[in-house]
Amino acid sequence: MNFQQTKEQEFVRKTVRAFATNEVEPLAADIDKEHRFPVETVEKMARYGFLGIPFPTEFGGAGGDHVSYAITVEELARVCASTSVIVSAHTSLCCWPIYHWGSPEQKAKYLPKLLSGEHLGAFGLTEPNAGTDAAGQQTRAELDGDEWVLNGAKVFITNGGYADVFVVMAMTDKSQGNRGITAFIVEKGDPGFSIGKTEDKLGICASSTTELIFQNCRIPKDRLLGGVGKGFKVAMSTLDGGRIGIASQALGIAQGALDVTVEYMKARKQFGKKLSQFQALAFEVADMATKIEAARLLVYKAADMKDKGLPYGKFSAMAKLFAAETAMAVTTKCVQLHGGYGYTKDYPVERMMRDAKITEIYEGTSEVQKIVIAASVIGK
Amino acid sequence: MAFKIIVCAKQVPDTNEIKINPETGTLIRDGVPSILNNDDANALEEALKIKDKHPDTHITVVSMGPPQAQEMLFECIAMGADEAVLLSDRAVGGSDTWATSNAITAAIKKIGDFDLIFAGRQAIDGDTAQVGPQIAEKLELPQVTYVEEFEIADNMKDITVKRQLEDGYELIKIQTPCMLTAIKELNEPRYMSMKGIFNKEKDIKVINAADAEIDLTIVGLKASPTNVYRSFTPKPKGKGITVEGDTEKDVAKTLLIDLKKKHII
Repeated sequence: MNFQQTKEQEFVRKTVRAFATNEVEPLAADIDKEHRFPVETVEKMARYGFLGIPFPTEFGGAGGDHVSYAITVEELARVCASTSVIVSAHTSLCCWPIYHWGSPEQKAKYLPKLLSGEHLGAFGLTEPNAGTDAAGQQTRAELDGDEWVLNGAKVFITNGGYADVFVVMAMTDKSQGNRGITAFIVEKGDPGFSIGKTEDKLGICASSTTELIFQNCRIPKDRLLGGVGKGFKVAMSTLDGGRIGIASQALGIAQGALDVTVEYMKARKQFGKKLSQFQALAFEVADMATKIEAARLLVYKAADMKDKGLPYGKFSAMAKLFAAETAMAVTTKCVQLHGGYGYTKDYPVERMMRDAKITEIYEGTSEVQKIVIAASVIGK
Repeated sequence: MAFKIIVCAKQVPDTNEIKINPETGTLIRDGVPSILNNDDANALEEALKIKDKHPDTHITVVSMGPPQAQEMLFECIAMGADEAVLLSDRAVGGSDTWATSNAITAAIKKIGDFDLIFAGRQAIDGDTAQVGPQIAEKLELPQVTYVEEFEIADNMKDITVKRQLEDGYELIKIQTPCMLTAIKELNEPRYMSMKGIFNKEKDIKVINAADAEIDLTIVGLKASPTNVYRSFTPKPKGKGITVEGDTEKDVAKTLLIDLKKKHII
């Protein structure tokens, strides 16, 4: 048992904290208001290697670990949830499945540009009628000579409007249910592939969430990822890891909301006393800080297990469930502690509360996490 | 041949976080984070900018301090320096600026060839701005302090710098080898990169006085000609006063009366 962070992990936090404070936080309120994807921040994050942390240097990654990746997402989310999910979706949902499931040729072709941040990645599983119910996929892929032909549409795709590489699930044999799903690598500009409407959301407004449309989209045969019929496995293993990213995001949102609220409580006076001097309110802070620390331990444990090659699916589900619910509870409470000001856009807790909600929904709702956890505790 | 730069850096307590014990008048060092001295970060950044343009540039960061200063050197390498040397020895502890520059000069001689030395103007803990210039003198190098702009020609020999003065600036041409001291206006230091942080080949050498062949009679507390006689916290100044009046003339009149009362005019 070792709860000590490594020196590298401490330096990751130090550098991302500084980056987030100087480069991300000053933009957070504006890009939320303008629903603007922060292209300039993505370029800066690429320059400092934030987009290839837990991958080996031979593919252009930083050679770091998943705990460091979790810390990075957490520290970004502490000031801007939208910016953090760009890194999370790119790393966990696009780079990782290509790294884990890709052929040597696919890795050599895609990873260097993805990990350097020259290319941004996205992941397409969800459809209008198939999110949690992956077997309800209606996007089809058929082999035609040397090409796969994709038809259908995906929705709610994070990074959709700005990604260059997409890992996309499509049904290759409907009769096989989950075993009929196959994963593909689709590139921006592939014939028949286009980006549909951009969602207007409650929170993470600076994140690009779009439809992907495939109309006789033709891609070479070698874009198959992980083998025919392996798509469900590709998707589920990807989401196991993705949950660490979203759990880190939720953790960061909660920590950020608590930090600004504590500052507010130390400055705001009512009835001749600072808010922080009212014991009932101070106890709220104690409860929030305790929940956040518990979430942090779960998140880092899941990440550490992934680093050690241990089965971590149950723990990443627990981390995401607990961190997401903590983020929602903490941000709601933080708005309450700010009173009327907390409900205005003059204070960041309003944005943080809106941003927190999505962590209970995407990359597996809280209910899905419970299915995963229960199945692993009780057995199927 | 690779262009070789030595950057002098110091680990300092973050003075933004420092408080002074009002009773004893001493610094409260507990819990104060140690950081790479601000001006030294500018010095390193300028060296890294040369390396960005000329990748075969080799940057060695040199420092003197306790073993914990390796943390700061780790940061310098994570920012992009190639190697770091820490001179750490009880024998050099307590050195004033003269003794410190003796020790660092010896360490630099030990490191060997260089084309350029960059240092920060001064450290935020001592604010002397003496060590850099003293090293230059002892190495018999030309030097320019307070550098706010830097340019090196493609021949990697001719340097033009803009030197900040209180009421203007000087443009100075200088040739390598030389020593320059950086101020914050020179650049915006970069962050550590992820690749830098996880670079497994971080080369931080810790050397002692014997390794650097330092003459022990010119380093350390005893050899230091400067002794701190007393340190104290200046009393906070009282609040200023605002002179008010209906017209500018009234204000001037009231002010003149006040100043006369206090025998200032």
